[in-house]
Amino acid sequence: MSNAIEVEDVTKVFRLYSEKFSSLKERVIHGGKNPFQEFYALKNVSLEIQEGTSVGLLGHNGSGKSTLLKTIAGIIQPNSGEIRVKGRVSAMLEVGAGFHPELSGRDNIFLSATLLGVPVKEVKLRFDEIVEFSELGQFIDNQVKYYSSGMYARLGFAVAVNVDPDVLLVDEVLAVGDENFQRKCIDRIKSFQKDGRTIVFVSHSPDLVRAICDFAYVLDHGSLIGKGSPADAIAELRDSLNRTKGQVGGAIVEAAGSVSSSTPVHEEQAIAITSISAVADGEQSGDSTRIAPHDPLKIVINYAARRQVGGANITLSILAANGEAVFSANSEDLKIDPFDIDSDGVFELYFDTVPLLDGTYGLAVTINDHMRSPIAWVEEKVGFQVVNPSLASGLVALEYRVNSFSRS
Amino acid sequence: MLDHFQSEEHSEGSDRGRVSRSELHVVAASISVPKRIVRLWEYRPLLASMVRKELSVKYKNSVLGFVWSMLNPALTLVIYYVVFQLVFKNGIPQFAIFLLCGLVVWNFFANAIMGATGSIVANAGIIKKVSFPREVLPLASVGSSMVFFFLQGIVLIIALVVARDVPAFSYLPLVLFAFVDLMIFSGALAILLGALNVFYRDTQHLLEIVLMAWFWATPVVYPYQQIAGTLSRHGILFLDFISPMTAIILTFQRALYAKVSPLGSLHTVVHILPTNSVLWFAGQLSIVFIVSTVLFLIALRVFGRMEGNFAEEL
Repeated sequence: MSNAIEVEDVTKVFRLYSEKFSSLKERVIHGGKNPFQEFYALKNVSLEIQEGTSVGLLGHNGSGKSTLLKTIAGIIQPNSGEIRVKGRVSAMLEVGAGFHPELSGRDNIFLSATLLGVPVKEVKLRFDEIVEFSELGQFIDNQVKYYSSGMYARLGFAVAVNVDPDVLLVDEVLAVGDENFQRKCIDRIKSFQKDGRTIVFVSHSPDLVRAICDFAYVLDHGSLIGKGSPADAIAELRDSLNRTKGQVGGAIVEAAGSVSSSTPVHEEQAIAITSISAVADGEQSGDSTRIAPHDPLKIVINYAARRQVGGANITLSILAANGEAVFSANSEDLKIDPFDIDSDGVFELYFDTVPLLDGTYGLAVTINDHMRSPIAWVEEKVGFQVVNPSLASGLVALEYRVNSFSRS
Repeated sequence: MLDHFQSEEHSEGSDRGRVSRSELHVVAASISVPKRIVRLWEYRPLLASMVRKELSVKYKNSVLGFVWSMLNPALTLVIYYVVFQLVFKNGIPQFAIFLLCGLVVWNFFANAIMGATGSIVANAGIIKKVSFPREVLPLASVGSSMVFFFLQGIVLIIALVVARDVPAFSYLPLVLFAFVDLMIFSGALAILLGALNVFYRDTQHLLEIVLMAWFWATPVVYPYQQIAGTLSRHGILFLDFISPMTAIILTFQRALYAKVSPLGSLHTVVHILPTNSVLWFAGQLSIVFIVSTVLFLIALRVFGRMEGNFAEEL
C-alpha cells in the first residue's frame, strides 16, 4: 500500500508580534523594527499516512495539530521540510469558505468548486448531486446572503464532499450544524472510508477519533509524541496532559480495594486532584466500597489549587472493567453551574441510585476550565464494586413486570 | 520518492472499486517560478470564475448593470467634447477622441492594479481556509478590468465611427502587441502590489498618489509632442520612456487617433504624436515586452517568498 501523504521533517515557526506595525508609515516611525518572538508551531514533524486509511490528529490546544493540517492542505507553507500529497485534496476547514454573499447558490457552487481545483466540466456533471445533497431545492438561485446559517452550512458541505477528493482533511467541522447535519457528515465520511479514500481528521474529541479513525497521531507542543491505534493514542494524549501539567494522578491504581490515590501537588499546576473515592451511603470513606444495585453513591474528589480557576466544570465517567464508559457526563451539560475555584477543596457528587449490576467499576474525573480543556485528570481502575444479590446478569440493573393472561 | 508513488499507483484504490488520482502536490518552503506558472495555468478555470464573480458582484444590484461601464467613458467623451472643443478650444482636432484613446488604456491599468492591491487582503477569508495559487486573486482583478476595457473599447470604436475618423491601418497590428505588453505589465505590478499590501497596509493609499503623478507623467491628456520638444532639448526624453505605459499609450493613440501633425482648428499645424515609423513603435513595444516579462517573473518570485506568511499576516 502506498502513502497518500508523506510529511518529512516539517518545521513551522510563527512570529508573535507584541505589537504589529502593518503600515509603511508605522514602520518608518518605529525605525523598521518589528519586535517579535518566535514560536515553533511544528518541530521536525515527520509522518506517513497510507492510502485509504483514516487517521486522526490528536492534541491539546496549541499542540500544532491544526497547523499540521493546514500545511498538509497547502494553506500554510512550512519553514523547512516538505509535504507530498497524492491526489486531489479537499480540506473542510470551514464549511462554505469562499462563498460570496452577493452571488446565488448556483454561482457559489461553481466558484467554490473551482477554488478547490475542480474543472468546470466536472462541476457541471456533479451540479445536480450537489444541489440534491444540500437540500436547497429552489433556493439554489437565491443570493447566498439571504440563506440561513443552516442552508449555508449544507451548501458548503455539499460542495466539499462532492468534489470527489482523494484526500479529505477535516478540522472540527462536525462541531457545527444540527444533529441531522452532523449525522450526514459522518455518514459521508464513512462512505468515503468504504471507497478507500484517505481521511485526516483533527478533533478535540477522542470519542469521534475512536469512532472514525483507524490510526492516530498525537501532537504536543509542535512535536509528534505518539502514534498507534486510536485507543493507544488517546491514552498517550492523556499521559501527555499529565506530564505537561505535572500531574502524576493519572497513574492508574491497580490494586483492588484501594480506592484512593494521593497525588503530590506540582508547583506549576493550577489544580491537582489529590484523591478520588466512592463512598457508599452512610459509610465514611471505607477501604473498599461495595454497594448493591440501585443504592445511592457519593463520589468525593479532593483537590489542591495553586491558582484561581473560574468557570470550572467536572466530567465524570464510570468505566466498566474493559475500560469503556458506562456513563459519562459533564457537569455543565447536566445544567450544573460552573464552579469558581480559588483554594483547596472538595467536590462531592451524589447519585441517588446506581442502576448497575455485578462488577467492578472504575472512575475517571477531569476538572476542566471554562473552555472545557482539561486542567486535572484522574482515573481509578477500581472505583467501587457492585454486589448483586439477585440472579440477574449483565451490566444494567433493569426490572420488568409480567402480565400474564389468556387470549380467549 | 516520486518513483515510489508511481510504482504502487492505484493498487489500493482499485481493490475498493475506486481509482485514486496519482497527481502529486508538494508543499514546501518555496516553490520555483516555473512550477508556479504551471500551477497557475492549471488553475485557469478558477481565474475565470473569480473574474466572473467580480463582474457579477460589481453590478449585481444595479438596474443598468454593464451599461454603466460603457456609460462612464461615453459621458466622459461628451463632457470633454463640450469643454475642450466648444468652450476652451485647445486647438487639438477631435480632442475628445484623442483623450479617450489614452484614457481607456489608463483606466484599465489604474483599475487593474488598484483592485489587485487590495485583492489579497480583501480575500483573507479564503486564503486562510483554502489552498490555491494566490496569484489568481490579483490576476482576477486584472481580468475583470480587462472586460471593462473591452466594453470601453466598444465606446471608443463607436466614437471613431460617429466622428468618421480613420485609424492608421498599418499601425493597427501594433495595438495587439501593445495590449499584450499592457497585460503582462499590469499583471506583474498587480502581483507585486497585492503581496506588498499584506505587509504594508497603506500601500493602497500610497498607490493612489503615485498613480495620479504617473497619470500626469504619461501623455494621456496632453499630446506627447508638447513635452517631447522640451525634454529632448535637455536630453532627457528617455525619462518619458522609463514608464512602459508611455510606449503602450502612444501606440494606441498612433493607431486609433492616427493624426500625427494635423491642421488645428486655428489653421496652424499641431504636433501631437511622434512621427516615428512602425518599426520604431515595434522596437519600443519589444523593449516593454522584455522588461514586463522580466518584471512578471520577479513578481512571481517575490510573491512566492511572501506568500508563505499570508495566512498568518491576515
